[in-house]
Formats: sequence, C-alpha cells, structure tokens
Amino acid sequence: MKKKIVSTMLCLTMLASMAAGCGNDATTDAGATTDAGATTDAGAAGEAAGTEAADAGSAAVITDPSKVLNIYVWNEEFKSRIEDHYPGYTKIDATNGTIGDVAVRWNITPSDDNAYQNNLDATLLNQESAAQEDKIDMFLVEADYALKYVDTDYTMPISDLGITDADLSKQYTYTQDIVTDSNGVLKGLSWQGCPGVMFYNREAAKEVFNTDDPAEIQKLVADWDTFNQTAATLKDAGYSIVSSVNDTYRVYSNNVTSKWVEDGVINIDDNLMKWVEDSKALVDAGATSTYDLWSDDWKKGFYPEGKVFAYFGPAWLVNFSMAADTEGSIGYNGGWGATEGPQGFFWGGTWICAATGTDNADLVKDIMLKMTTDDAIMTDIVVQDDDFVNNKTVMDGLASGATKIQREGESEEHEYTSKILGEQNPLPMYCAGVDGLDLSNLSAYDQGCNEEFQHAMKNYFDGNATLDEALELFYTAIAEKYPSLKAPTE
Amino acid sequence: MKNNAKAVRYNKWGYIFLLPFLLVYVVFQFVPTVTTIYNSFYENYLDGLTQVGPNFVGLENYKSLFSSGDIWTFTKNTMVLWIMCFVPQIILSLVLGAWFSDVRLKLKGQRFFKTVIYLPNLIMASAFSMLFFTLFSDGGPVNSILMQLGFISEPYRFLTYTGSTRGLIAFMNCLMWFGNTTILLMAGMMGIDTSLFEAAEVDGATSTQVFFRITLPLLRPILVYVMITSLIGGLQLFDVPQILTNGTGDPMRTTMTLIMYLNKHLYSKNYGMAGALSVLLLIITAILSLIVFKVTGNDKRKG
Amino acid sequence: MEKKQETNKGLGIHARRALAYVVLCIVTFFCLFWFYVLFINATRSNGEMQAGFSALPSTHLIENWTNLVHGSQPIFNGLINSFVVAALSATLCVYFSTMTAYAIHAYDFKLKRFIYPFILMIMMIPTQVTALGFVKLVSGLGLEDSFIPLIVPSIAAPVTFFYMKQYMESSLPLSLIEAARIDGSGEFRTFNSIVLPLMKPAIAVQAIFTFVSSWNNYFIPALVLHDDKKKTLPILIAQLRAADWLKFDMGQVYVMIAFSIFPVIVVYLILSKHIVQGVALGSVKG
Repeated sequence: MKKKIVSTMLCLTMLASMAAGCGNDATTDAGATTDAGATTDAGAAGEAAGTEAADAGSAAVITDPSKVLNIYVWNEEFKSRIEDHYPGYTKIDATNGTIGDVAVRWNITPSDDNAYQNNLDATLLNQESAAQEDKIDMFLVEADYALKYVDTDYTMPISDLGITDADLSKQYTYTQDIVTDSNGVLKGLSWQGCPGVMFYNREAAKEVFNTDDPAEIQKLVADWDTFNQTAATLKDAGYSIVSSVNDTYRVYSNNVTSKWVEDGVINIDDNLMKWVEDSKALVDAGATSTYDLWSDDWKKGFYPEGKVFAYFGPAWLVNFSMAADTEGSIGYNGGWGATEGPQGFFWGGTWICAATGTDNADLVKDIMLKMTTDDAIMTDIVVQDDDFVNNKTVMDGLASGATKIQREGESEEHEYTSKILGEQNPLPMYCAGVDGLDLSNLSAYDQGCNEEFQHAMKNYFDGNATLDEALELFYTAIAEKYPSLKAPTE
Repeated sequence: MKNNAKAVRYNKWGYIFLLPFLLVYVVFQFVPTVTTIYNSFYENYLDGLTQVGPNFVGLENYKSLFSSGDIWTFTKNTMVLWIMCFVPQIILSLVLGAWFSDVRLKLKGQRFFKTVIYLPNLIMASAFSMLFFTLFSDGGPVNSILMQLGFISEPYRFLTYTGSTRGLIAFMNCLMWFGNTTILLMAGMMGIDTSLFEAAEVDGATSTQVFFRITLPLLRPILVYVMITSLIGGLQLFDVPQILTNGTGDPMRTTMTLIMYLNKHLYSKNYGMAGALSVLLLIITAILSLIVFKVTGNDKRKG
Repeated sequence: MEKKQETNKGLGIHARRALAYVVLCIVTFFCLFWFYVLFINATRSNGEMQAGFSALPSTHLIENWTNLVHGSQPIFNGLINSFVVAALSATLCVYFSTMTAYAIHAYDFKLKRFIYPFILMIMMIPTQVTALGFVKLVSGLGLEDSFIPLIVPSIAAPVTFFYMKQYMESSLPLSLIEAARIDGSGEFRTFNSIVLPLMKPAIAVQAIFTFVSSWNNYFIPALVLHDDKKKTLPILIAQLRAADWLKFDMGQVYVMIAFSIFPVIVVYLILSKHIVQGVALGSVKG
C-alpha cells in the first residue's frame, strides 16, 4: 500500500521515458536505424531536416549545408500557399519540404505574447554567427511592424536579389510603400492586396434610407462629416452606424499626413485627433460603442438582431469572418452591400522579406517572383483561396468581368461576383479604393503606437479619463514600449 | 564525542542531498538572476533591432522608476487585487478544510467535493478568460440574466469600471486557486494524528474548539507556507489581469499589477528598467515575507 | 430547541451540515460550470459562436473534431510531447525537492544557516524576469528544440522545496529517522524507503501542481520549441488561434482545449486518490 505512490510515479516516469523514446527518435538515436513508425513516410531527408539535433543524420543527407531554406512564419497561410501553388515544392511533413535539392524548413512561432517577433529578433541578431544550415533565408512580416525589420540591414533590398522595378509593375503601390525603408529602398514583397471598403446592411439601408443602391449609400458616407450626420439618422432608427469606434480607426490611420515619430519625438497626426473627436461624439451620442475588434459584442452585428449598419473591412473579412456560412446571418442571406466609404484603406496582408546573409538568394528570388508577380499562379490563388492578389492585371481582369473563373464543382465559367454581397461584384470598388492610398507615412513604431493610442483613447471614450489624461497615458505607455522616444514638449 | 562524530558522518549527507538542487540551480537560474541585478545599473534595451547600451548609468533606472510615481500606484493595485482575492480564498479554504476534517460532521460525497475543487486550475488561464469574455460581454448571458431579473435596465459594462474589473479579476483568480490552497491545507491536515481528534471528542470539545485549538496550531507550518507563497504569488499576479484587460490594465491602469508593468518593459527587452523593477520587487517581497514569518511565530524546529 | 441545548457547542450539527452542503453545492457549481461551457462551445460551429452564447449543445462536435484531426496541427504528437515534459518535470521536481527539503530538515551542517534563507530568497524572484535571460542561455547551450530546458530546471523548484520542508516539519518526526539508523539503514535507503512513503500526500499534491503548471505552460516552450514535431499543446492551441482567416475556426479551438484538458483530468484523478486515501491510512503508520 505505502509504495503505491512511489510505484505510480515510477510508472509515470517509465511511461514518459518510453514515450520520449518514440517521440524523439531523431534526437535520442539519430544514428541508429529502425525506429520506423513515425517517420517512415517522411523519408530520410525529412528526418534529417526535421531536427537540428540530428547532426549526424543531416550531414549524411544534405551534402551542402547551404542548401537549407529556413523560413520564419507565425501561421500556416504562406506555407499552404507555397504547398498549393509553388511549382516544384514537395511536402514532406508539416514543417519540412523540398524544392529541387534544397530542403525547406518552416519555423512557425505563434504571434501570441509577441513570441514570433522575440524569436525572429534573436535569430536575426545571431544571423552572422549562425551555422550555415541555420541561417535564416526568408521571414514574413505584417504591416504594423514591417518597418522595424525593413529599416535595418538585416533585410535585403529586393533589387539585390536581381528583381527589377519592371518585374513589380503590376503590384499595388501601397503594398510597396509599407516595406520601403527610410532611404526609399524596397525590401519586401507581398502576394496579397487587402484593400478595404464599407460593408453595409442592405435591409437596414432600405428601412432607413429607402434604398440599398451602393451609389446612393456612398453619398451618405462620402466624407466624415456626412458620415457622422448619417450616424445620427441611424441612431434615431435604432442602428449603430458601426459596431465600434475601432472599426473606423484603420480608415483614419491609413490616411495620415505625418508619421507617428518624427526625430525621436512622438507625433499625433491631425487625422487621428479627428478620429478621437469624431469617435467621442459618436460614443457620447450613443451611435456606436468602444468594443474591441473580434470581441463577442463587436461581432453581434453579423446578424440582423445586432442592429449594426456597417463594418469596414477587406474582402477576407466579409468572405470568411462574418459568419456567412451560418444560417440567419446577414452574409448567409446575401444581405451585405459594399461601397467605398469616406476614405480608402487596407487591412491585413503579409509581406515576404529576404534575410541578409541568405545562402539561397536565387531560390528566394524565384519564390518572390512566382508568388507575387506571376499572373497564372496568382489567378489560381484567387480562384482556389478567394484571396485578393497583389496584381493589377489579374484583379482588373476579374473586376471588369474580362476574366471568368470556374471553381471546383461549378459547371461553367462565370464572372466574379459575391453571393454574400447580394451578387454584387465588389472588385472594382476594392481596386479603386486602394489605388489612391498613400502609405509613405509609416514608422517603425506603428504597431505599438496604434495599439497604445486605441487603448488609451478607449478610457476617454468610456468616460474614465479626460482627453489630457488619456493622452498622458498614451505617452507613458509609449515611453515604456519604446524607451528611445520622447513625448512632445509643449 | 562518539555522538558528535556520528553526526558529522551523517551530516555530510546533507550536502550530498543538496547537490542536485544546487547544480541545476546554478546552471539554469543563478546566472540569469545575477545578470538581472547587474543589468539594473545599465541602460540596455532594443530599439527595433538596434541594441542600445549596455551603458553604465548607476541608479538612473531606479530614479526614473520612482520619479513618475507610477510604481506606487501599481504596488497599491497589486496589493488591493491580492487582498480581494486572498481573503475570500483563505477563508473558503479553511472552512472547507475544517469541514472535511471534522469527523462529527460526517459529510457524504467528500471525495467528490475534494476532487472537484481543484478542477478549475486545470483550465489554462487564456482559455478561462475566453469563457469570461463570452459570459460577461454586454450581450452575454450574465447581462441578459440580470436584465431579465430586473436588476439592471441596460447592459452593465463589466470591464469599463474599476470596481467590476477588479472584482472579475479577483473572482477568476480566486476560482482558479482556492482549490490549490484547500488541497495544500488538507494535505497538511492529513499529517495530523487522528487520535488527537478522537481524544478531543471524548473530552467533549466543540468543533470550533477542535479547529482552533488542535487543527490550526498543528497546521501552522503549512499555513505559513500558504501565506508566503500566496503573498509571493499575489505580488507576481500577472496572467489573469493581463489577459482579461488585454495587457492595458484598464480602466486607466487601475488594474495594472507590478509584473504587468514589468512585462511592458520586456517588450523592448529593456533589461535595465526590468532589472531595477525586479530588484525592487524582490525587496518588497522579502520585507513582506519577513513580516509574515515574524507574525506567525519563529520558524524554530521542535526537537 | 435542539439548537438551544447545543449552544455551547456552537451551531447545531444538522444546521451546520446543511450549511456545509449548500456551500459545497455552490462551490461545485462554480467549479464545474466552466467545463460545461467549454463542452457546449466545442459542439458549436464557428458561425454559431459568433451569434452569441448558448446554454445548449449544438451538433458540430464530430465535425469540429474531424476538422481538428485532419487539420495541420500535429495534436497527437503534441499530446505525447506535453505528457513527456509534464510527467518528467513533475517526477524530477517532487523527487529532488523532497531530497533537498530532507537535507535541510534532517541534517545539521555548516552551510545550512546560509542555504535555507538563500533558497527562500530565490523563491521570491519573479520568473518573468529571468525568462528572457533563460532563453538566451538555452540557445547559447544549443538546447533549442530540446525538452531538456523544459524538464531539468524543475529539479531546482524552491516553491516545491519550501512546501516539502514545511510538511516535514509538521509530520516527519526525526525520531523515525533515528530509529532507521539504529536498524542499520543507509542514509540513501532511509530517504527512499522511509521518508518518501511518509511524504505521500505532499508528493501527490506537488506532483499534481507541477504537472498541471508544466502542462499549461506556454511562454517558455513557445520560445524554445520551433519544430512542429516537438511542440506542446499550448503552443499548438496558440497556433490554431493565430490561424489565417481562411482556416480560423473557434469550434476547433474549443475542441482542442477540451482535448488538452482531458489528459490532465485523468492524471489528476489518479493522483488525487492518493491525497484522499492518506486520511484513512493515518500518517505516522505509513
């Protein structure tokens, strides 16, 4: 009896070490042969590439340690694009593949708790002294923190890879603004465009304005002043114009005329102060609320009972994130309409950067060219994944109806329309909105500044602080995040 | 003389038994700890990908910690949250422990109850708070129940008021950890010789008397443990408020704890400020722990 | 009436029992409610969850599970990894912490006066502080993508040590050890065959705590493990939540949370038996 606990612990230990034995065969007995099972279909190359600890094994298979392509990502989006669309990629398992004689290793670190950037920072800072097979070749970034990486020597200029401006002529300019460093050098490329529009609830529009025609609705939200007047009308009819003030933030912040940081001093753009002013008025009038994006309360307007008039977002929002596949939702009934809204903006997107010191520059160049400029591959991405690709030729063709598409299970080719948007073809609108977008006013501190600004102002909107207190809080928060920045002195 | 020699021979085993702990400790924790203290005297952070410092700045980091006064606000927040969560937790745990150990009460289904209380701790804090967000949202079930019962006429926005935000944090933290505390106390109560209780019953002592005269005094070492670790845990309160307020400590940083503040500095790998804050935290914890030790009596071993 | 007679004994026994049951039922509700909500959410589709909370299960459990299993996350690998890390951490942690506590409790040696407060002091250092330095150290030692930095450090767990030490103080009489010595038992054997069994409830308690905290740990593993085959469940959950819009599915997330809680419940139930049994056996009898 008394030995029971000890024996249980012993059992646990034995079980665990047995499990360790199977789980980690590559680590524990890299040289030894027959621990089949787990890795049989993976093949020798995969096993070698899979574990850095398996030095003995990898030396045997990869004769040239430079022939390892290390790609750092935070989710599987780019990986599945490569797997599905890049010619010559052979998948071995979830984090390994090959292209020709090069082994591809995906290093996936989720972005929660800033883990992705922490990991990437450490790797890049260590790039010079890293073993050849561990050198990072490519990494992905998001718009909010792109400049943090782009504006350093750790990222390679695109032109150094041998990619010319002519190659990139079909891309949307804004996608290049985001990854152009302070000297005007382009250092990253994206296969996506994420131009945003305003999606409005057609039923609500008919009820309040007696029309759901995009052109008519556009007149009601043509600029921020009319937008705010419309908000009052909607409020009287029982609707919130948008679910939260955070919905419009992106639209204002994409249209700033100055940077967040100028000469090491924090600078709040006039357009952002206008957001604060407009938002405070809307919240005080009860025309909208201060919900966080993606919270349950924010999402309630995906359904008619939520009584939300409009959401701002790109194609992916309405296609995949607004419950269009669920009975009873507005999207399910094709009840959304799309119009440009007060100002153009974008939301989302992923950029590919080449790391300085890559030993596979040619392959990196080829992946970038194929994924971000090749018409055939990019059309394929639109058809298969419903992505909005970063290619004017492809998108204009689809927008005008010149290019027809045929998806799996469809009997004939047809023009690109959206069932969710009541068979409207929104592409011309997306294309128009993004064309005039000027994003040259980005700084390397945007992620922190945008986050903290919204957080701080929420206190003001909710009545927990005066505007001055909220601004003070913002400056404090920035000083903590970016110790090198200073608050403006009046 | 003989005895002494024997003792010495045995006592070398003290060192042998300590060896694994010390070895692992030195390799994996001692070095980072020393660098933490060392760093607190340097300016040392990442500006984007550019390393700034390390430059020796003396007590500059400590000065800037104190100059803003925020540190006291966050210390106060942390203590308030700890008390809000610890007091109900320790009372509940002691009461449950007393009931479970009370032979006269003869509670049925004890094993079930004892098992159930720890279960909330098995849920990851991040998953737990996902559920809290759903339940306490404006359109969530808690609000709709309250509105149906007529307590409120429009949704109560739990996370926009200091009181309710702190309340939710304390509630969630308490739920996650009271089982832990109860189990610790119960394990301690198990160490008490049951014949003592039987003897007390024969002597006609009431349950209350048994609890205060027998259980509590014998439980003292474990209680000291619970107090101290809870105090340390309380001062290091982090994940629940961090996730529940999305790292902001909203409204207006009234729920920002010391470690959340520390975490802010780690964003830019600001080892200097983080180091200074840690040293300060260490000092505060040490002082408070010392007080607990003193109040609960000296830690002298009984023969 | 009865109450009056028993005033000197406090509240009547029946009233106290009733009160105890009421409180226990409320507590039980608050403990189990979350599992119910988790289960409900695991049966709902992503779209249904966006429509708001529901107290009744839906029909998508199998569908969510199938999506999860056929999705890109190696969840069974993750399960094994989590189990290896948590089980080994818990085992090493309780064994060596008990050993350390025994060293302080049972022996008198010169450095003891220095070492005991020293360990108590390091207990107070917040883990977040050393975390980043720790990760630097790990990559310096070339231990990335290895379980060693997740398991071995649990040998030096001051909090567990402190508990063991306190527990020994209340229920490990030194006379027992003296008796064992007279019987000719070696020190190491005494520890393994007499002290460890006596510490059973304490060991079970700390084994559970360590197992659970290691099982749910995200921060350090996320910085150490990058190979998908090595990742533990919390990292995979975070990855699932960070999925791109095409694959994002809260239904899967909830199924995966439920999936990852299930094994801990089993381990907990196994170990908790030993805590509850301890009462019946009495301590000193062993």
